[in-house]
Amino acid sequence: MFKKKECVAMLLAGGQGSRLYALTQKTAKPSVSYGGKYRIIDFPLSNCINSGIDTVGVLTQYQPLRLNEYIGNGLPWDLDRTFGGVKILPPYQGFGGADWYKGTANAIWQNMEFINQYDPEYVIILSGDHIYKMDYAKMLAYHKQKGADCTIAVIEVPMEEASRFGIMSTTEDGTIFKFSEKPKNPDSNKASMGIYIFNKNKLESYLREDSKDPDSANDFGKNIIPAMLANKEKMVAYPFEGYWKDVGTISSLWEANMDLLGDRPVLTLNDETWRIYSRHGAEAPQFIGEDATVINSSITAGCEILGEVRNSVLGPGVRVGKGAIVADSVIMANVTIEDGATVWYSILDENVTIGKNATVGESRDTATEVAVIGADVVIAPGSVTPAGAMISEN
Amino acid sequence: MTAAGLIFSNIHDQSIPEMTRMRTMASIPYGCRYRLIDFALSNMVNSGVTNVGVIAHYNYQSLLDHIGTGKDWDLARRSGGIKILPPYITAYENRAAGKLYENRLEAVLGAINFINRCNADYLILSDCDVILNIDLKKVLEEHIQSGAYMTLVGKELTAGESYETAVNVLTADESGRLTDLACYKPEGEAVCVSTNIMIVGRSDLQNIVSESIARGYKSFYQDIIAKQMASKLIRVHKFEGWCTHISSLEGYFQSSMDLLKSEVRDSLFNAEDRRIYTKIRNSAPSHYSNRAEVKNSLVADGCVIDGTVENCILFRGVRVGKGTVLKNCILLQDTYVGDNVNLNCVITDKNAVIKDGRNLSGHETMPFFIGKDQTV
Repeated sequence: MFKKKECVAMLLAGGQGSRLYALTQKTAKPSVSYGGKYRIIDFPLSNCINSGIDTVGVLTQYQPLRLNEYIGNGLPWDLDRTFGGVKILPPYQGFGGADWYKGTANAIWQNMEFINQYDPEYVIILSGDHIYKMDYAKMLAYHKQKGADCTIAVIEVPMEEASRFGIMSTTEDGTIFKFSEKPKNPDSNKASMGIYIFNKNKLESYLREDSKDPDSANDFGKNIIPAMLANKEKMVAYPFEGYWKDVGTISSLWEANMDLLGDRPVLTLNDETWRIYSRHGAEAPQFIGEDATVINSSITAGCEILGEVRNSVLGPGVRVGKGAIVADSVIMANVTIEDGATVWYSILDENVTIGKNATVGESRDTATEVAVIGADVVIAPGSVTPAGAMISEN
Repeated sequence: MTAAGLIFSNIHDQSIPEMTRMRTMASIPYGCRYRLIDFALSNMVNSGVTNVGVIAHYNYQSLLDHIGTGKDWDLARRSGGIKILPPYITAYENRAAGKLYENRLEAVLGAINFINRCNADYLILSDCDVILNIDLKKVLEEHIQSGAYMTLVGKELTAGESYETAVNVLTADESGRLTDLACYKPEGEAVCVSTNIMIVGRSDLQNIVSESIARGYKSFYQDIIAKQMASKLIRVHKFEGWCTHISSLEGYFQSSMDLLKSEVRDSLFNAEDRRIYTKIRNSAPSHYSNRAEVKNSLVADGCVIDGTVENCILFRGVRVGKGTVLKNCILLQDTYVGDNVNLNCVITDKNAVIKDGRNLSGHETMPFFIGKDQTV
């Protein structure tokens, strides 16, 4: 068949990410900025194209405008294809009525027709919540080699944190025999990364059964995986080693940005072998002024730094005025920090303006929480915004 | 009223041989992340000109690589878009094999098919050695309103500015009509110099080409403009913003260093609604280490800076090692500078490698140039 693809990716991007509060008030979590010039969704999309997967369905639901606009025709990720490429899949009205996506499994079930167009053998389910570089082709090879019906990527987490994750208990050959969602007393530290490869026919039949059950939460973790385990399907864990971070909370988003800094950053994005692609504006080069200081920081095109920047990640088009100080902070695109302002231990979302001599947050030595300023907020000159504040436009 | 663009990619190649040995004038890197053609192309795109022909002469591989399908300038189009026009040599033509055009008129002649087919009312001609951000839409509107035969964009020099090469000096009366044209080296006088950006009606350009063939004309300025200015209205549009000609390596150095002035950046990069586009390279943001000390410098994405950088222009992917001090340098894409290096007034071409402990210095009137892929 002309349009046949071996493996189709389905990227769940409809989540609100409510624990990011002000940062997801105007946009869905996958389009939250990260690392200066990226958005969270750049990671699964770039992983797909780098792994040779060129057909990606992106399931959107919550605040999809910015995400739709960002993905566009998929050109930045080389996913503007005549056959395949990236497709946005919002909930739709069908013959039998209209429904929102009720759960992760339901979202895929409602788009079975999209998957079947390509007659794939395999479907890989991804989420737009994590920062990581992963070769899905290796995982698919593992899936084939094990002759599995479903392969779940797992990462070893510290035992004391295991109760925060979905934990897979496996036999020595990697076969999963138990799955427990956030167990109180975990018997394994293999956490599910939320990345699944299914044999397409198996997936379709389980989704069909699930859709008939009115009591189901229509969720992969809660329903589909347990049902497959109960039926003794061949399920294996694919061990992943490397950087992987859920950026679903303010503190984890801040930490993940800080992971890019230091002499030996935990995560390097300046990686010719595994590029992360993103949509670019046409920003001028960054300018560092005569009296500026930039130390241990990551700076993006279009920035103009006249003040001091330490231990911070700056997105495109950020202006730091004379005498202004930015420390231990994540500053997203087109933020203006006027002369003499101080920003400590904060996350500033896009288009924020910090007025002259204003102070946001507190020094990291004393502050217990990150201050967050939502998109488009203007902070008055000379004002003081305390540590841990959460300010949004409305 | 529609306009198409015609860009001459090679026309001033000989003026900066160090950098054009392997590339066209159009593909000389400039300003951290651009190539010279980006300015000409962006000016056209930003003015709504989406049908652009680029005349290439020789050495144009790097140009083809840079432009690709044209999508980075939004010029990958079904209708119009960007077209590279390589030399047009007919196999059986009665002249020496491989003979290429030698002047602007012959170059236009080689692009006659593009001109005949482009279906626009006007053509905007531009070279690649001029760097400026200009609203051509306004120039075109003025051209149409005035009913002029041709409009030339000129830039008035500030007194004291001099040129190393001969340029076309335009003299206009109060109404903006060209009254005199001369080609010489201005030395300090406040004259108006042609930017070689011109607007002319398509049918007029077609006539110019056929007449040039018939009469053996060689020079666009001397044989066409100078001869027509008495009988036809040739206007001069004076450009007010920042503008520079690249006519030598020293000139390249100075023009690059000018970018460290905020008024120059404002005019070139920060014009409302008129961005400069270039090929996207997907570099990560630049990384400044704990030891980095960067002052008064322009830095592209993808750099890793571990040393001291003052008054420098760093292109994408430049690495600056520990204990290294760079002053007044222009380091092109992917230049690697090791540890404890001292450089002053040095220009490195792409992929140059400066090993640990090297000391090199040029002077601003004679920058030290290190060629592409060379190791010191």
